[in-house]
Amino acid sequence: MLVFGSALMSFAQEAPLVSGGVGFVTSTTGGSTTYIPVAEPLAAVPLGQHLLVESRASLLEFFTPGSRGYNHSHFIALTYLQGDILASPHLTIVGGSYLLPFGTYNERLTPIWIGNYQDEPLMEPLGLMSGGAGLGGQLRGSLVSHPRYAIDYAAWFSARSSNSQFQANRSSGFRGSLYFPEQRLEVGASYGRRLEGTHENFAGAHLWWETKDAGLRFRSEVARGQHAYGYWLEVDSRPFARGNLESLAGRFEPVFRMQQTFRIDNLASDGLPSVNTQRADFGFDYDLPHNTRILTSYSRQFSAAGNSNIWETGIVYRFLFPAWKGRL
Amino acid sequence: MNLKSVACCLALGSAMAIIAPRLAAKNPAPQDPAAQRVTRQTAPPQSQDGEEEGQRVFEQNCARCHNAPEGFSPRITGTIVRHMRVRASLSRHDEEVLLHYFNP
Repeated sequence: MLVFGSALMSFAQEAPLVSGGVGFVTSTTGGSTTYIPVAEPLAAVPLGQHLLVESRASLLEFFTPGSRGYNHSHFIALTYLQGDILASPHLTIVGGSYLLPFGTYNERLTPIWIGNYQDEPLMEPLGLMSGGAGLGGQLRGSLVSHPRYAIDYAAWFSARSSNSQFQANRSSGFRGSLYFPEQRLEVGASYGRRLEGTHENFAGAHLWWETKDAGLRFRSEVARGQHAYGYWLEVDSRPFARGNLESLAGRFEPVFRMQQTFRIDNLASDGLPSVNTQRADFGFDYDLPHNTRILTSYSRQFSAAGNSNIWETGIVYRFLFPAWKGRL
Repeated sequence: MNLKSVACCLALGSAMAIIAPRLAAKNPAPQDPAAQRVTRQTAPPQSQDGEEEGQRVFEQNCARCHNAPEGFSPRITGTIVRHMRVRASLSRHDEEVLLHYFNP
């Protein structure tokens, strides 16, 4: 009876959900401002006890200044659509279109309701095989989970696809991470290999650390390809982690990101700037009530192609609710 | 930008990130209130040990990347935990603790 009750309770907690974020962001460079309304809905549907189907889409409209007023264009695409089979406590089999587990940014920080900045780091394309998504299979899970340390892994193989919604390069790779809960320290390494066209190896490493009260957070990545390499590091402070949400000033989140990319040669188009580039991003985010964030930042970019200032602002609302009405 | 400029940017950014919250933090509290909100809106009181462990798992696996959403229906807590198991590579133990934390 107890087991039946627990199973019923568990089933009752696993209604399909709809989540995601909607926002309005602006980016100003050289006096030209681009306006971008954006929506990123996410759906997760559990099927039975061991299967989860999840997907995220991206819908953007770009309003860019032209010679005669503003031009606009739009972009609609599935970010990923994957099925997760919970095969064992240490193994999850992922199939479909998935985010490539190279480094940390692509999987963890790309949702607009999570990232501290609107734009991704300059070096982010390294290791992501052009699109950031793979089409095929992935094995991942928790290898070891001990109170003092935890090890997790992810390994993928992706086929080539030119389908407009599921574009992917033939590639394979893996990522391993070691996490020390007491020190709040995570270190990890990634490797990826493009298996079509000019085969290319990518290697990367990441280091995340935060103070025990989670008030200060440090995140960083470095990656290297055969034609370019780079790094980014980000420090942000979360006063609300110290119990300061009641204070208006306590809702501010100062953020700083430093990033550099270095060009080895221009033999391949890997998405990184064609010349060595350095950029410092100074941000101030603000957490409004009801899952709403304001993001603002100023960036100064230096490169042989010209220096520039980039001002960005945005407001993002995050939603999360069951896919349909019901009672527990 | 030379090495000196990079160092200046790093120093300025680090100082901003470290000093600003100290100026703002008047009433330090040991627990993440965002996580507390999740507990309040989705769960009745539970044992202190279970709550502490649940909060620890939440902070170490979920809050490292994102803020806790301000409350959500208990009908989807199992789905959220299943999603987090895949995304954050949760162990079976942490998955169970997190589910219990959301819905004791």
